[in-house]
Amino acid sequence: MLDRSKIVGSPVSRIDGPLKVTGAAKYAAEHFEPGMLFGHVALATIAAGRILAIDTRAAERLQGVVKIYTHENRPKAAYRDSKWKDAVALPGHPFRPLENDRVLFDGQPVAFVVAETPEAARDAAGLIHVHYAAETPNTHIVAEQHNSYEPPVARMKQFLPPPPRGDAEAAFAAAPHKVSADYVLPGEHHNPMELFAATVRFEDEGRLTIQDKTQGSQNSRDYVCGVFGLDPDKVIVKNDFVGGAFGQALRPKHHLFLAVMASLDLSRSMKVEMTRREMFYLSWRPSCVQTVSLAADDEGYLQAVLHHAVHTTSRHEDYQENVANWSGLAYKCDNVKISYELVKLDLATPGDMRAPGAASGVAALETAMDELACEVGIDPLELRVRNFVHRDQNQDKAITSKALHACYREGAERFGWVARSPTPRSMRDGNDLVGWGMAGGIWEAMMSKGEAKVRLSADGHVTVSAAASDIGTGTYTILGQLAAEVFDCPIDAVTVDIGRSNLPKTGVEGGSWTAATTGSAVQAAAKAVVKTLLGHAQSMENSPLAEASEEQVEISEGRLVLEANHQVGTAIADIMAAAGLDAVEEQAKVGPDILSMRRYAAYSHSAVFVEVKIDEELGVVRVTRVVSAVAAGRILNAKTARSQILGGVVMGIGMALHEEGLIDHRTGRIMNHNLAEYHVPAHADIHDIDVIFVEEQDQRASPIGVKGLGEIGIVGVAAAVSNAIFHATGKRIRNLPITIDKILESEAVQ
Amino acid sequence: MAGIAVSTTINGDQAEFLCHPDETLLEVLRERLGLMGVKEGCGTGDCGACSIILDDRLVCSCLVLGAEAEGRRIATVEGMAQGDKLHPLQQKFLEHAALQCGICTPGFLIAAKDLLAKNPDPTEEEIRFGLAGNLCRCTGYDKIVRAVQDAASVMRGA
Amino acid sequence: MKRFTYTRAETVADAVAILADRPQAQFLAGGTNLVDLMKYDVERPDAIIDINSLPLKEIEELPDGGLRIGALASNSAVAYNAQIQARFPLLASAILAGASPQLRNAATTGGNLLQRTRCSYFYDPSTPCNKREPGSGCAAIGGLTRMHAILGASDKCIAVHPSDMCVALAALDATVEVVGPDSARDIAFGDFHRLPGDEPQRDNTLARDELVTGIRLEANRFAGHHTYLKLRDRLSYAFALVSVAAAMEIADGRIVDLRIALGGVAHRPWRDPLVEAEYAGAPAEDVTFQRVADRLLFEAKGLGGNDFKILLARKAIVRALRQAASGRPQSQTLKAIQ
Repeated sequence: MLDRSKIVGSPVSRIDGPLKVTGAAKYAAEHFEPGMLFGHVALATIAAGRILAIDTRAAERLQGVVKIYTHENRPKAAYRDSKWKDAVALPGHPFRPLENDRVLFDGQPVAFVVAETPEAARDAAGLIHVHYAAETPNTHIVAEQHNSYEPPVARMKQFLPPPPRGDAEAAFAAAPHKVSADYVLPGEHHNPMELFAATVRFEDEGRLTIQDKTQGSQNSRDYVCGVFGLDPDKVIVKNDFVGGAFGQALRPKHHLFLAVMASLDLSRSMKVEMTRREMFYLSWRPSCVQTVSLAADDEGYLQAVLHHAVHTTSRHEDYQENVANWSGLAYKCDNVKISYELVKLDLATPGDMRAPGAASGVAALETAMDELACEVGIDPLELRVRNFVHRDQNQDKAITSKALHACYREGAERFGWVARSPTPRSMRDGNDLVGWGMAGGIWEAMMSKGEAKVRLSADGHVTVSAAASDIGTGTYTILGQLAAEVFDCPIDAVTVDIGRSNLPKTGVEGGSWTAATTGSAVQAAAKAVVKTLLGHAQSMENSPLAEASEEQVEISEGRLVLEANHQVGTAIADIMAAAGLDAVEEQAKVGPDILSMRRYAAYSHSAVFVEVKIDEELGVVRVTRVVSAVAAGRILNAKTARSQILGGVVMGIGMALHEEGLIDHRTGRIMNHNLAEYHVPAHADIHDIDVIFVEEQDQRASPIGVKGLGEIGIVGVAAAVSNAIFHATGKRIRNLPITIDKILESEAVQ
Repeated sequence: MAGIAVSTTINGDQAEFLCHPDETLLEVLRERLGLMGVKEGCGTGDCGACSIILDDRLVCSCLVLGAEAEGRRIATVEGMAQGDKLHPLQQKFLEHAALQCGICTPGFLIAAKDLLAKNPDPTEEEIRFGLAGNLCRCTGYDKIVRAVQDAASVMRGA
Repeated sequence: MKRFTYTRAETVADAVAILADRPQAQFLAGGTNLVDLMKYDVERPDAIIDINSLPLKEIEELPDGGLRIGALASNSAVAYNAQIQARFPLLASAILAGASPQLRNAATTGGNLLQRTRCSYFYDPSTPCNKREPGSGCAAIGGLTRMHAILGASDKCIAVHPSDMCVALAALDATVEVVGPDSARDIAFGDFHRLPGDEPQRDNTLARDELVTGIRLEANRFAGHHTYLKLRDRLSYAFALVSVAAAMEIADGRIVDLRIALGGVAHRPWRDPLVEAEYAGAPAEDVTFQRVADRLLFEAKGLGGNDFKILLARKAIVRALRQAASGRPQSQTLKAIQ
């Protein structure tokens, strides 16, 4: 097993960095195709009802307009739902743009203008008049939660609650200490900085090359081919540069459908770019109401855990995420009851957003744990420590690794937690109340199936290829590092060829699994190359490696040598020359270890410590310090790893204090559909964030020991902030985001 | 609709273009002149991804009309490197991993360039204040601040 | 955006004359509000008159010790001007509390004065709005009112004026200089912005054919005791929930002259000179400050979603007056509230 860490683990700078800092990296909207047309979408301004009439006359007259599509003239697409269901599809009916006269959600596309210039398309869209028969919408989860239901078809089995264990209700009733409360989370919007866009190059005979903002080039390709009946061999989707996604680009969005539709209909190249406002009508983190009840004995050992979660879905699909199951495995408890339901509202179908389910469920669980700690009268960190469990009690499986104790210890030490005085409102700094809160985080460490190809040339150049994506996560760099490690070459000698659908099969970039999956595939393919080289070497006369096995050799300085004695070996160039080759190329396929998964579950874990300072009169909250200690297996690149966690922590602060899609429930319409009013954390909101990695050796999680970092960073942060606010003020606010009005109304400040 | 003839200087080079009155400078730079380094994040001046320097002032190009560029000087990220040699800010952004998806990066580089031109030795507070108009969804900002501090000291010759 | 023609005016007279000829035309200065509103189809001029070449950029000292700020001086130029920082630091501070560097660099004094409300219903042409379309109704009433007015609202409009600069100018009792086709006039700052009443479509008392050419400030003795305190949802780049511009002249621990204006609470900066006059001579202490707050907020009415603003405004007024009295104004870069 190759485990040197000369390059892997070290903070190598991003391979794609120079292109990005010079403005040379081209994203989906930045490809010029001769003769291309431009598309702009007109959006519904009601949340539910029917389109009675669409008047496009004024729009059509505008100079430069080529064609306007509505449900009345949209070219036919696939009939069956199955053709529209992409790799991340949900039970129910996928949304079909311009399908019929029904309006299912505010912001739904109702018309699509194609024009010779982007301004003409945009201006024409503004001239389209739609007559609606509006119906009264239902968009308020709190008001509608009595209509909740268990999803009849599971999106994934593991999202459904595990069967209850023990007798949670009885144990709760009997326990000396208990807390029970409702937690309300609003809808959130991903708002990656790049706007969705697709540029379609129309070639001959139904051949299309598409630049798409997507987390899965093959997913976009398969969707487009399914919906339009195209030959997958003739369609290439590229996503070599993606400007952030956080889950919003997992499922193909309407810009892709409309761009391809128009391209095929008009036999022209097309570009469609969304507006920022339009992004608010796509997938989103659903609003969620939860009830968490915890009970403990006098020492704080959990006696009962009950967690009920209800979140929003659309009328046409059953979006599901794993909200509450974490409560059955995060801590030791033999009496657990978890329930999970959905509510249909007149809103767009929600979608995975950074740590879907966990961000919401753990926010509630970790706040409840803090409440329990107060109730029992022990330190919140101590409560977590006491209830540590080294087993997944939901599935009755061992856990592959869980260095959470070290996270607690190192995080607490870095933060200075020991100096915390337990009583709320007991710590101050000038005009400010100071609060220290903590929370635990947990996320699945998954692998999916993936393939990769690795090619080593006689001149020492390496090419790594897979249909993987880099959405800002550092995939380019990590894959390059893994290959460079096996071949003992500088990272400059590696070309990482990703972001194209006609590369080895790879799933969507999501679930934090890309590093584990494609990384493992790259390493496997690289090792296969080494094995092939060995075979060729052994065919040479008097080979010094004649008796060596695969495990005994490695590459060092351009030679295939014995690991135990680098003096013994042969130059790679010579091996290839003798075999008459100028390169050796191998492809490998990896997937989750199904047998191992029967006995083991794999998670990454974290402990987050937050300091807030709250102006005692005014209630202004500042997050002044955060320490996040993360145990996520092996860290491939210290620089990109730290970036991932920082980004997650900041998004968690946003969840706690700022982010909310504000819906006017009279009309069912979101009103803060822009970046001035939807408050993504800005520079001034963020101060010291310290990230600690506790490395774990865990080859069960993935062959390369990686667990993924894209999502663990956000989990638990909102609770840690809210717990710190409680510690500062003595007031518990269970309704996020905790804006100044909630601070004042709770009388957290006087 | 008649086009407006505009003569301007971009990254030191003379540039001439025709545009419609309702085209923003952002649209002109990207769609007509192919300067894709200037990004559209929101179109309404809220995110800073489209930041350029217009006659020594840092502005959002999405709220400037193309026609207003007449006789003005424009600096974009494409003008920051000298051939193969990266600007210290670009270099330090790479070293500090102050970028991930990269969309906000050109805007930040231009905003930081303007900040340091006016204040070569800024405090951390001044950096955060000076970059308050640039949003990033990926990095958590901290590395951007470190990169700017580091670049500032290189540029001061310190 | 509606299609429009674009011309440049070279003189003030030209600019005003074009406007008289083309009633649907609008002046373009910094564009940070107008272009934004045009993209949302809220403002739909058929002609844009670019006035950026007009000679209105200067900040000049006046013989009587006052200052004139040209209408085209950028917000940044004003905020960083040495004279403004020395003699009218309240104004500099308020400007720096607003927007972002990019927006402040482009936005002009005149534009900031004339900027329109940020009410999300005003911004959405598919919702009824009496300001945008007189008589169509007010969708904000009964809706999301968190950002809306607690003072001076009417049953036609509950919007607030979003500017920070204007709150300081109100406190400083500035004078707005305007030019029309036939004449020039001064408008006292308190008379410039309107309350909505029955005509919310009129934000201010500028006539349709007038151009703002400058703002005049009088010499004052407030430079030592002032503050601009802005409370908002994000620590930067967000509009005020409540803001306070406070300035005073103090002698022997007593208020000689008090100025206080509120932002984020009404259709215009909220100032009451009668209240200010009542407290001349009062001790510069919390008990006075609380009374000032009570008086200023006497008619404050919440709409449900913005009830918290009344308490927040009360606290903000007291805190701001305390900051001003102590000579320690709120820093706009350090986010801790002093």
